[in-house]
Amino acid sequence: MLEWRRRREPSRSMLYLSPLIAVVLTMALGTLVFTLMGYDGIRAVHDIFLTPFLEPQRWPDLGVKAAPLIMIALGLAIGFRANVWNIGAEGQYIMGAIAGTGVALLTYEMSGWWILPAMALAGVLGGMAWAAVPALLRVRLQVSEILTSLMLTYVAVQALYYLVRGPWKDPDGFNFPQTRMFTADQTLPVMLEGSLVHLGIPLALLAAALAWLVLEKTVAGYGVKVVGLAPAAARHGGFSADAVTWASLLAGGGLAGLAGLFEAAGPFGQLTPQFPTNYGFTAIIVAFLGRLHPLGIVFGGVILAATYVGGEVAQTTVKLPQAATGMFQALLLFVLLATDVLVKYRIVRRERSA
Amino acid sequence: MTSIITRRRFTFGAGAAATLPFAAGRALAQAPFGVGFIYVGPVGDHGWTWTHDQGRKALEKEYGDKIKTSFIENVAEGPDAARAIRQLAQAGNQLIFTTSFGFMNPTIQVAKQFPKLKFEHATGYQRAENVATYNARFYEGRAVIGTIAGHMSKSGTAGYIASFPIPEVVMGINAFTLAAQKVNPNFKTKVIWASTWYDPAKEADAAKALIDQGCDIITQHTDSAAALQAAEQRGVFAFGQASDMSAFAPKAHLSAIVDDWSGYYIRRVKEAMDGSWKSGDVWGGIKDGMVKLAPYNAAVTPAARQAADAVQKGIVDGSLHPFTGELKDQKGVQRLKAGEKASDEMLSKMDWYVDGVQA
Amino acid sequence: MNSVILVSIVMTLVAAATPILLAALGELVVEKSGVLNLGVEGMMLCGAVAGFAVAYGTGSTGLGLAAAALAGIATAMVFAVLTLSLTANQVATGLALTIFGIGASSLIGAGFVGRTIERLGPVFPEALAGHPWLRVVFGHDVMVYLSLALVLAVSLFLRRTRPGLILRAVGENDQSAHAIGYPVIGIRYAAIAFGGALAGLGGAYFSLALTPMWADRLTAGRGWIALALVVFAAWRPGRLLLGAYLFGAVMTLELQAKAAGIAWLAPEVLAMAPYLATIVVLTMMSLRRGAGRLDAPACLGKAFTAS
Repeated sequence: MLEWRRRREPSRSMLYLSPLIAVVLTMALGTLVFTLMGYDGIRAVHDIFLTPFLEPQRWPDLGVKAAPLIMIALGLAIGFRANVWNIGAEGQYIMGAIAGTGVALLTYEMSGWWILPAMALAGVLGGMAWAAVPALLRVRLQVSEILTSLMLTYVAVQALYYLVRGPWKDPDGFNFPQTRMFTADQTLPVMLEGSLVHLGIPLALLAAALAWLVLEKTVAGYGVKVVGLAPAAARHGGFSADAVTWASLLAGGGLAGLAGLFEAAGPFGQLTPQFPTNYGFTAIIVAFLGRLHPLGIVFGGVILAATYVGGEVAQTTVKLPQAATGMFQALLLFVLLATDVLVKYRIVRRERSA
Repeated sequence: MTSIITRRRFTFGAGAAATLPFAAGRALAQAPFGVGFIYVGPVGDHGWTWTHDQGRKALEKEYGDKIKTSFIENVAEGPDAARAIRQLAQAGNQLIFTTSFGFMNPTIQVAKQFPKLKFEHATGYQRAENVATYNARFYEGRAVIGTIAGHMSKSGTAGYIASFPIPEVVMGINAFTLAAQKVNPNFKTKVIWASTWYDPAKEADAAKALIDQGCDIITQHTDSAAALQAAEQRGVFAFGQASDMSAFAPKAHLSAIVDDWSGYYIRRVKEAMDGSWKSGDVWGGIKDGMVKLAPYNAAVTPAARQAADAVQKGIVDGSLHPFTGELKDQKGVQRLKAGEKASDEMLSKMDWYVDGVQA
Repeated sequence: MNSVILVSIVMTLVAAATPILLAALGELVVEKSGVLNLGVEGMMLCGAVAGFAVAYGTGSTGLGLAAAALAGIATAMVFAVLTLSLTANQVATGLALTIFGIGASSLIGAGFVGRTIERLGPVFPEALAGHPWLRVVFGHDVMVYLSLALVLAVSLFLRRTRPGLILRAVGENDQSAHAIGYPVIGIRYAAIAFGGALAGLGGAYFSLALTPMWADRLTAGRGWIALALVVFAAWRPGRLLLGAYLFGAVMTLELQAKAAGIAWLAPEVLAMAPYLATIVVLTMMSLRRGAGRLDAPACLGKAFTAS
């Protein structure tokens, strides 16, 4: 008989190996499932997983899709390390975009280099404000931030609907529920002509590098880890759990808000009811794909972005329905989460206790 | 770096396609003509996207091996759309239909990058050399079912489940009400804004609320068949949306406005293949076969049938326009002078309601 | 407002509340055992499509309901294996489960789009079920009565029975429960299965009773409302019933007001109301208890490993 035995310490080799095992396993399982469903399974998995990486003209798409996921996931990972479960990044993302759009609409008739930074600042503050509510409730009243942050997401979505259908509706837009298009001064510079690649992509990578520095090389980063792993020890060591809760929620909200603003002022160029695309929820998954490590998150963000881009390729090449891509993404996540067990446990032969 | 590779590839690919007919005309003639579709919903929505996919299937039936169609479904309106459209463009499609209003900016944007390819955007107003727009005059169908409603409603009050107050929806409400008032001058239309295109349970509850408030005929500008099912259950009449939905409500379903894109798609693909395709704006109605009426229910009285057929005939031969003056809106503003017909521009910006509409 | 409309409003609100009540009741038990399953929407969709497919194929709504419960359980078991046996993170797994449910239900349902079946009808004979006002009590279908019975049963189970006590103990302090010798993992498996079954039935209420058909994403986000409702109800079955019917009432009255031409709040304000109310309830609960303990299960969302 075999059984799982908890490791004394997480296996470092498995930490790096398990995502690879998961990817390979998902490809095998995906091929099997798609073939059983009557599609060209090998081609489908190839197109979903490999084509986005093999064809250079798809790299900009990968970047556009991965950047917001990475940026949001970085902020979330800080909290997750400290056992702060902000699952309302979607709401903070939307609030960031709303706050930034507010600035854009106020400055509609103006011009100047300062407008975009002002929008970005508003985006960060908007996201932070939305994350401050769960932080306050948790620190002061011990209300679970899982629940409050999730609830606030739906409030944010409805606030967005209200604004774009009501007061912020484009006056020249034939009553279509959407804001004006942003002006050139309000739009992120495009970095590759003819693509949607915008400033947010290098900034997401920069944010990853910064997060890595802070989390791995500073006392504050150490504090986050200690509060998450051993709250009692943290108190002795002089780390305040409340301060960490505040800091990680504000960091998460601020980054999500910034990502939201980048998306609004970048690829969208306006706010529409279709603005929420679940990046905030998908980023939770990205954070776990990346094992809450900043560099892992970059990897996770790109992998997940590939499944979106590749899913569309597979729709056209092997006529794989979009729903099957969704299943494949879920499969990848299931397998990744499952292989996480290899980090914490090892398989041993059970000895008979007789 | 990537941009150079990418753009090279584009120009090389496009250039190759342009010179090939001379170099290897036979080979190209045999290669199937690629037609791509971008859908906003799943093909299984049995509503808007489904009707476009029926059009795609009609294309395959019409042209067989000569064309190859493909589609990407469930594409979010926004940056994701630009990527999906580009994917279809790079996959060798020469004509691409983008079938939702929110795909307008992405379509224009991608079309710029692929000047040799042709694009068709449904329901939008931005065009380019290689981007045409098309839409259907659904208000003509609304006028026909409004006529039936005027005859069939005992209470003289219809319930209208609407999505959002965009011109498309507003003109439908007005056309329906005006047509019904020609039969019954006191006819009223109660509108519920569902604030969604698709939420079956809510659509059904909206229908029930309208029936409770005295409406004995239900029509809708939302996607699902749920409102029809509610009407069937309560024993009142209703009309289908986008396709013949009589299977869902055999007794209640008086008729339906059927979106039929197949004729347009077949024509445009032919033009694209023989080189006569030109950008433009097509707004097709009953006459063009883009808007059809589902068979009338047996319950529709002979008088109602006759009147409905007469409206259809009048629309087809041009003697009848659903919006003909004199026409005042609810606030008393004169919108059309006596005998004047509404221009397309006026229709596409409509944001006012006629008397008898409670919106 | 006349009595006919009043009766109709009650009938509509009960119907609107029932699927949310079912799904939320299942989730309540799951959360009481210390597990947070965010995949309610996914399980509901799997239940909805399985229920419709079987009811369509066999012509029996009863079999359809059974299939829906089984499909809900099967979907929930994916979650259970990952989070309990493999100690995966519950939040991430629950979200993945929703993605899975949306995809799987769409694939399975592709062949059933555009078809319909006989609606799940009232239980009592026409004399009662069709009576102008007695139908407020007797005019509902079996799932309405079942959901009410289940509220009572779950309430009694949690408060009055020994297994219920053990389940709560597992949710409050899994380590102690384990030390005393209770099978923490086994109990949580059972709770998750129950949650899956009820979510499946809640989903099937859409495809068999409310709108007898299948279309993609038929439940249109009701699973998330169910999740909010559990918190709103402070993990108490009685309040859950109240909350679900309150929600149904607000939604129904909104539509009635619109149909009557009464200017009402912006629809967006109404749509965010349940979530704001949930936050307010959470805050008030903790204020009243003086920053002390909440009714929230202490182990909610945390992985358990026997140490």
